[in-house]
Amino acid sequence: MNPALANPAMNVGAAPVGTPYFFYGLAAAAVISGLLVITRRNAVHSALALIVTLLSVAGLYLMLYAPFVAGVQIIVYAGGIMVLFLFVIMLVSIDRTVKERQFNRIWPVGLLASCALLALFLSAFSKGKSWLPDRLTQLPEGSNTQQIATSLYGEMVRTVQSPKGQYVIGQYTFAFEIASLLLLVAILGAVIMTKKKI
Amino acid sequence: MLNAFMSYLHSTVTPGQAGNQLWALIYVLIIFGGVSLAVVAMNWLERKALAHFQIRLGPMRVGPHGLLQPIADALKLMLKEDIIPAEADKTVFWFAPMIGLLAAFTVYTVIPFGPSQAVSDMNIGILFMLGVSSLGVLGIVTAGWASNSHYPLIGALRSSAQMVSYEVAMGLAVVSAILMTSLNATGVGTLSMIGIVEAQQQQGVWFLFKFFPLGLIAFVIFAIAMVAETNRAPFDLAEAESELTAGFHTEYSGLRWSLFMLAEYAAMIAVSSIAVTLWLGGWMRPFPNLLSAPVWDFMFSLFPGLTFAALAAFAFIGTVRMPSHSFFRIQRIGLAGFALVLAFIALVLFAIAVAGRTSDTSVAGRFREGIDYVYWFVLKVAVFMYLFIWYRATWPRYRFDQLMKIGWKVMLPISLGVLILTAAVGVLVK
Repeated sequence: MNPALANPAMNVGAAPVGTPYFFYGLAAAAVISGLLVITRRNAVHSALALIVTLLSVAGLYLMLYAPFVAGVQIIVYAGGIMVLFLFVIMLVSIDRTVKERQFNRIWPVGLLASCALLALFLSAFSKGKSWLPDRLTQLPEGSNTQQIATSLYGEMVRTVQSPKGQYVIGQYTFAFEIASLLLLVAILGAVIMTKKKI
Repeated sequence: MLNAFMSYLHSTVTPGQAGNQLWALIYVLIIFGGVSLAVVAMNWLERKALAHFQIRLGPMRVGPHGLLQPIADALKLMLKEDIIPAEADKTVFWFAPMIGLLAAFTVYTVIPFGPSQAVSDMNIGILFMLGVSSLGVLGIVTAGWASNSHYPLIGALRSSAQMVSYEVAMGLAVVSAILMTSLNATGVGTLSMIGIVEAQQQQGVWFLFKFFPLGLIAFVIFAIAMVAETNRAPFDLAEAESELTAGFHTEYSGLRWSLFMLAEYAAMIAVSSIAVTLWLGGWMRPFPNLLSAPVWDFMFSLFPGLTFAALAAFAFIGTVRMPSHSFFRIQRIGLAGFALVLAFIALVLFAIAVAGRTSDTSVAGRFREGIDYVYWFVLKVAVFMYLFIWYRATWPRYRFDQLMKIGWKVMLPISLGVLILTAAVGVLVK
C-alpha cells in the first residue's frame, strides 16, 4: 500500500489551512492599498498602490477557487494595463500635479455611492444566507461558456406565437447591461477629458 | 519525524497538492538556495566564458581559476555604500529591486523539476508563470522612474516598450505549445506545467518535434522572445552601456544593484525552465518511451554521476597543470580539494544509482528517480544558460527601431501563422 495515503499528514486533497488568515491579510492589503490609491497626490504612488490592490484581489479570486480569473487578472491588469498606465504617468511632470488643485469636486456624490455600496455589502453579509444559493452550481466540463451565456441573456424559446424564437430574459441580464452602460460612460468620459471641444 | 520524511519520499504528488505546508516550505527553501547558488555559479561561468570567447583569461586571482570570485564579489557588494540619490523618490527607489526579485522568484512555485519535485502544481501553471514574470517589468520601470535621472528613465521606457512588445509573440508561441497537449484526441488540454510534460510523455514526442517544423518554429520564437524579455544581449537596450551608462540601474549601488542582478539571472533561469517544460520534455530523460527497459533506466541514471566525475577530472587536470612555483601551492591544494569534493559527490550519485537500480519503491530507488528527474531538467536549463552567454559574446546589440521591427513585423506574424497552422494540422491530421 502506498504509505502516502496511510499517513494523514500527506492526505491528498486535504482541506486548505490558514484560510481565514490569508483572507484577512489579502482583504486588508486590498483595502489599505485601495485607500492609498485615492489619497496619494503623487500619481505614480497611486498607480503602484493600485497594482497592489489588483494583486490582492487576484489572491482573493484564488481563494474562491477561481484560479483562471486570478491568472488573467495578473496578466491583463497588473502586468499589462498597469504597465501602460505607469508608462504614461511617468512622462507627466509630477511636481506640477502635486501642487495642482484636484478636480474631484463631486466627492459628496462619490461618498453617497460608496455608502450605498457598503450598505449593500453589509446587508448581503447579514442576510446573504436567505438570498444566495447555499452551494456552487456545478457545471459539466466544457459547457461553462454556454451556461454563462444562458444565465446572462436567457434561453432562446420557440413557441407557436413566435416561431423564429424569442429570448426569455436571463437571471443576470439587468446586471450585465448595467455593467456595459458603465463601460460606455467611462468611454464617453475619456473622450470628453481628452478633447476640450467636441 | 522519520516517518513523515519516509511518507513524503513515497508520495507521488507535489507538496502543494498534498496540502503539506512543511514540505512545501522545505521545497521553497531548497529552490531558493539552489537558484541563488546557480546564479552565483552562472556569474562565474559568464565571466570565464566571455573571457575565453575574447581570448582573455578572466578572473584568475581569487581562488584557483577565480573560483572564489563570486563570493568576493558578493562580499564587496554587501560592504559597498548604499547610495540613494537626494532627488530620488525614496520609497519607490527602495521598493523597485524588491518587485523585480519577488516576480522572478515567485514563478518558481510552479516550475516542475519532476512529477512530484515542484512546490505546487496549479491548473493554471503556465498562465501564472507568464503573468507573474510579466510583473518583472514593473521593477525596472519603477527603478528608472524613482532614480529621477535621465538615463534610467530612458532605459526604463525602452525596457517596458520592449517587454510589452515581445510578450505578444511569446504568448502566441506558448499558446501553440499548449494547443498540442489536446490535439488529435491524445489527451485533455491543460495549462498545468506538470500536465504539459506528461502530455509530451503520453504522445511520445517532445513538442519541439511535434508537427515538424511547427513546434520548432514556435520554440525558436519563444527562445528569441525570452532573451528580449529578460533584457539580455543582443536585446539589452535597457542597459546599453554605450548609450545609457547602465540604463535603469545607473543610480543603484551596492546591495540594491546586486538584487537587480539576482532578479535578472533568476528570471533567465525561470524563462528557460518554461522553454524546457513546454518544448524539451521537462524532466524526462532522452527516449523515455523508446528505450524504456529497466537496463536503459539504469544506464541513464549513471549520467548525474558521470557529469560530476567529468567535472572532477577537469579539476584534477587543472591541479596537475598548475605551475609548480611555491606561490601557487595554496591554490593547488584548494583546487585539489574541490576536485575531491566533486569526486565524492560523483561517488555518492553512482552509489545511489546502483543501489536503486532494481526497485522504484525502495528509499534508494526513490532517491535515484528524484535525482534523475532533477538532473535532466537542470541539464536542459543549463544549456539555455550557456546559450545566453554565447549570444552575449557573439551578437552586437540591436538598434531600437530594429528591435521593434523584428518584434512586431517578423515574430508576431510568424507566431500567429504557426498558431493557426498548429490548430489546423491538429484538427486535420489524425
